[in-house]
Parts: sequence; C-alpha cells; structure tokens
Amino acid sequence: MSGPLDICGIRLRGPVLNGSGTFDAIAARRTFGDALLEDFPFDAFVSKTITLAPREGNPPPRLWEAPAGMINSIGLPNKGLEGFVRHDLPELHELPVPLAVSVMGFSRDELAALVEEVGAREEVSLLELNVSCPNVETGLVMGADPAETGRAVERVRARTEKPLIVKLTPNATDPASVGAAAEAAGADALSLVNTLKGMALDPATGRPWLGTGAGGVSGPAVRAIALEQVREVSARVSIPVIGMGGIGSGRDAADFLLAGADCIAVGTESFRDPAAGRRVSRELTMLSRNERDFSPLRAG
Amino acid sequence: MSASEPRPRTLAPFGRRLAEVTANEGRGPYRLISALDRNGPDDPRPGQFYMLATAAGWGGVSGERPYLPRAFSFCRVRNGSDVRPTLDFLLEAIGPGTARLGAVEPGEEMWLTGPLGVGFTPPNGRPILVGGGIGVAPILCLHDELGTSVSVLLGFRSGAHAAVAALFPGEPAVVTDDGSVGRRALVTELLREELGAGDDATVYACGPPAMLEGVRAICAEREVPAQLALESGMACGFGACYGCVVPTRRGFLRLCVDGPVLDAADLESAIGPGAGH
Ligand SMILES: Cc1cc2nc3c(=O)[nH]c(=O)nc-3n(C[C@H](O)[C@H](O)[C@H](O)COP(=O)(O)OP(=O)(O)OC[C@H]3O[C@@H](n4cnc5c(N)ncnc54)[C@H](O)[C@@H]3O)c2cc1C
Ligand SMILES: Cc1cc2nc3c(=O)[nH]c(=O)nc-3n(C[C@H](O)[C@H](O)[C@H](O)COP(=O)(O)O)c2cc1C
Ligand code: FES
Repeated sequence: MSGPLDICGIRLRGPVLNGSGTFDAIAARRTFGDALLEDFPFDAFVSKTITLAPREGNPPPRLWEAPAGMINSIGLPNKGLEGFVRHDLPELHELPVPLAVSVMGFSRDELAALVEEVGAREEVSLLELNVSCPNVETGLVMGADPAETGRAVERVRARTEKPLIVKLTPNATDPASVGAAAEAAGADALSLVNTLKGMALDPATGRPWLGTGAGGVSGPAVRAIALEQVREVSARVSIPVIGMGGIGSGRDAADFLLAGADCIAVGTESFRDPAAGRRVSRELTMLSRNERDFSPLRAG
Repeated sequence: MSASEPRPRTLAPFGRRLAEVTANEGRGPYRLISALDRNGPDDPRPGQFYMLATAAGWGGVSGERPYLPRAFSFCRVRNGSDVRPTLDFLLEAIGPGTARLGAVEPGEEMWLTGPLGVGFTPPNGRPILVGGGIGVAPILCLHDELGTSVSVLLGFRSGAHAAVAALFPGEPAVVTDDGSVGRRALVTELLREELGAGDDATVYACGPPAMLEGVRAICAEREVPAQLALESGMACGFGACYGCVVPTRRGFLRLCVDGPVLDAADLESAIGPGAGH
C-alpha cells in the first residue's frame, strides 16, 4: 500500500501528497537548496490555492497555536493566475513529481476561466478545486452545499481533460453528499478534509486574536474528525479519495488508508518537520511490510 | 555588498535533525543554551535563526502546548576542533515553548531546523550595533564577525537582565530602564548621541518592537541605513505557511524567508500587527 500507484491515470511513486498551502516548494528551495529536489518529500506536489486576481492575504496575526494543532487565517495570498503562470509554474515544473494546481474562484465563471487556463498547461498533471469559499453570486459557500458544488463542477468539467480533484470542506452538514454530488458532476477524485472553522481570543484583551477574527483548525486536533469524514465519503463514492487532517506518522497515514483513502496528504506536520512527507512514506512502507491485513474498510 | 544584492543566507540541510544539548546556564533571567549541531553548517550568518523543539516532552506531557517548534536566533557559533559546530542560543522564558526549552539538560536532544531566513548584510560604513533585551542574541554573533572595534549599544530592563552584556568582548555601552547598571536611559538615546547627521554608518538592531521603531525613526531622520532583525509569530520558519508576514512598503513579506533582517527603509513602522511575539 505504499508502492507506486495510479491516481486518475497519473502514475505516482507513492501515496503521500502535501496538503495545499502547507508546503511552498519555491520558498523551501530558497531555504534548503537543491537538496530539496534530491529528497523531495511528496509523491505529487499540490500548489497553494491560486485565484484569478492576485491577493495580499489576510491582515496579521495569522496564526494561533491550539492544543495539538493550530488555527490559521492566511487568506489565500497568491500572485493571481498570470503571476503564477509566469513566475511559479516554471519553478514548480522542476520538481521531480507530478504537479497538481489548486484553484479557487469566487464565481463559477472565475473558476471555469482558471480551470481552462491552468488545465491547458503541460506542466500541470492534475487540478484541485478548492470549494471552501463563498460564491459571490449566491452567497453560499460552494463546498457546503451538494447542489452548489455539483453546479460548479459541472461548469468546469467541460473546460479541461485533466483530472479534477474536488477538495471538500469539513464545515458542511453532510460532506458525503457533497462528495457524491461532485462525483455525479464529473469529479475524478476527492480530497478531504480542509481546515475546520475555529477561533481564539487574545488572553490580554479578550478580543479575537486572528486578524480576521476566525480561521481554520488543522493538525492532530482534527485527525479523528477527518478520519470519520474520510470513511463516510469513501463509502459513498467510487472515485479515489485523498485523505488528510492531522497526519503526522505512517501509523496515522495507514489509518486513513484503512478508512478508505487511496492516497494521503501531510499538511501541518510539515511545519514541525519539513521532511515529514518522506518520514511518513518510510513509516508506511515499514508498516505494510509488517502487517498482513491492510485491506481498506471500503473494500469490506 | 549593496542593498540590492541578496542578503546572506547559508542553506539549511533539508529536514529537521537532532542536536545534543551540551550546556544550559543562567545569564541573569536568561538561559544560554549550547547544542552540538554535528550535521549542520558551521557558517550560519548572523541574523539567521533556527526552529527548535525538544525531542521529549514537547506538548502532551506538561500541557496542551507547545505543539509547533519555536524560532531562535543563534547568538554564537563555535567551531573548535572537537565542537564543530556548537550553536549557542539565548532564551527568555515567556511561555510554554521557551519554558520547556529553557529547562533542557545537558545530554538531552533537541530538534533543530536551520539556519533559516536571511541575515545581516556587511556594512558599507562604520557599523553601529544596537541590542535591546533578548534582542542582543543576533547582535552578539554579528559582533563576533565584525570584530571588537565596532560600537555596541545595549539596553536592558534591569541590572539583572544586563548580566548578558558580559558575553560581549570589549566594553559595550549599557543602559537600563531602572538605572541599576549604566545610565537610566533607553538604548535609542545612546544611538541618538552616537549618530551624527549623514554619518557614514550602518546601524544593525534587534530588540522589542518599540525599540526597533525608535531606531528606524532616528536612522530615517539622519538618513543612515539600518538593518532591523524583526520577530513575528511563526509556525514553520521556511516559507510554507504564510503565517509570519509583516506589513512593509513592498506589501506583506514572510519574515522567515525574506527576513528576519529587513532594511529599515522598507518599513513604514517596526510596530505592526503580528510584529513582536
Ligand atoms: C526570527 C526570530 C528569532 C527569535 N530569536 C529569539 C531568541 O534568540 N531568543 C528568544 O528568547 N526568543 C527569540 N524569539 C522569540 C521566540 O520565538 C518566542 O519567544 C517563542 O516563540 C515564544 O514561545 P512560548 O511558547 O514560550 O510563548 P507563547 O505562549 O507562544 O507566547 C508568545 C507570545 O505569543 C502570543 N501567544 C500566546 N498564546 C499564543 C498561542 N496559543 N498561539 C499563538 N500566539 C500566542 C502572545 O502574544 C505571547 O506573548 C525569536 C523569534 C523570531 C521570529
Ligand atoms: C497555514 C495553512 C494554509 C492552508 N492553505 C490552504 C490552501 O491554500 N488551499 C487549500 O485547499 N487548503 C489549505 N489548507 C488546508 C490543508 O491543505 C489541509 O487540508 C488541512 O490543513 C488539514 O490537514 P493537516 O491537519 O494535515 O494540516 C491550509 C492549511 C494550513 C494549516
Ligand atoms: S513561519 Fe511559516 S511562512 Fe514564515
């Protein structure tokens, strides 16, 4: 369960990806040099979410350390589609693994434009739709509602032949229904979970600590919730599922695979250990050698 | 090196590694911690920093935090024949992470990633070093590099805190808030006296946000270039989380990859949301 595999027709050397927005391969290369490429920690690289227009991101403070985790309010800072294609894509193309680009649109038109342009680039193997944002036309968070998600996926499906991963938000009443709607509308894979809504108060003032008031919780604190959502969603769909949420070891990764995931992603753990992805892979390989029965719950 | 050239950065080995604690001594209210970084570079640049966590008892044992590693400037690198390289860190305990790290015992292991970020750029003119409180840490290794003839101005809350001034060779000028050691003054007053208008000097400073803002304002007024080592809350230290940004004239910059040393000219103010810790 840790050897090479195919996901939506893309060959991966192993099942360990990064969570979007939790590893900046370009900044990491500035810090660690080409040693990063020689021992690249992930089997596919997922970019930070990009939007059509550039974004500065949220006002600081953007971070709060929570029990066994953290809350972030980053706000999707990015160079916008044009800046990404011009400045980041050539560098990301030098990575030794397939590239998935995460995109978010504030309307279906915007999302469609992004998918078409990014999908047309030969450097890009997969697209991930981050649907954890409000649709400015309907006021609904796309990923919180099955019908809204279905319409968004349907709209962009025709714009690219590249595999489309839909990243589900755990802040939905029934993520499995959202996943099923995405599958029906043509999604090739699902990934989950994104961060859970959370907030913290400044002990000195009693006012919200984060610049935007609230943020998203990640890390081991969310693992049990993520595991159950992965189980529910993968039981409902037949497309591949990428599981994440607090994975910090091979044991954690194995649990997600057993719960029905086909691949897993390491997010916040990379902040504690930049090479965590490699370590999780190694530990997973050891486990699959030692344990005979790794048939996922989904199959049974 | 001109201001437009990239700042000095020694690359970090990829991933975190274990380093053995070789000493932990009190220096007034601060801790001076030494660690043998066998697999790390022996030439980190003054101003660069490391992310540290203890190998045991980091979260889970004494409470819910710390979970993330913590950022520390190295204050000295020592490359003796049998201690290549030993890193010294100066710590002020202000919360769960610094409390745990401050209690490390010799022989214990720490997780360490680094050196990270960019350090101070060598001066064009006469260097003036300004340190406030725990902010003297990167000033000490810069002093080691620039030699003992440079001016060093240090400010502390109290005489107890001023004990770390003894780490500096030569005779740094020391002031305290309560006048118990040196004059009763802010270190920015010393800078004001030291610095003539249009002085051919470069000012290097690290300290609390209010001090850095004072340094920035004085240097702007006298048209003297200054390099400020800032702090902000960090999760990763290598550009991955976008959490450590500070507002600058060039927009938000991630302090862990574009700093922690910034040109004062890039800052509207050294006091901003997210600045300090
Ligand atoms: C580049 C750099 C270099 C540094 N160099 C040094 C050095 O050489 N020596 C040194 O002693 N320190 C240094 N620091 C500061 C050091 O990193 C912090 O003091 C340390 O991270 C504090 O951790 P803590 O757990 O002890 O305190 P925390 O409890 O994390 O408290 C620190 C501050 O963070 C805020 N805070 C409180 N609770 C939380 C929470 N749950 N989540 C987020 N923020 C919270 C509060 O404002 C508090 O005052 C440096 C920082 C940076 C960025
Ligand atoms: C600082 C930070 C930034 C993130 N940015 C993004 C993002 O840009 N797009 C996205 O789809 N998910 C983003 N995420 C969510 C992660 O990809 C992941 O879904 C989530 O953190 C749960 O996994 P973890 O607990 O392993 O971190 C971000 C998470 C963190 C902590
Ligand atoms: S601390 Fe994560 S980007 Fe700077």
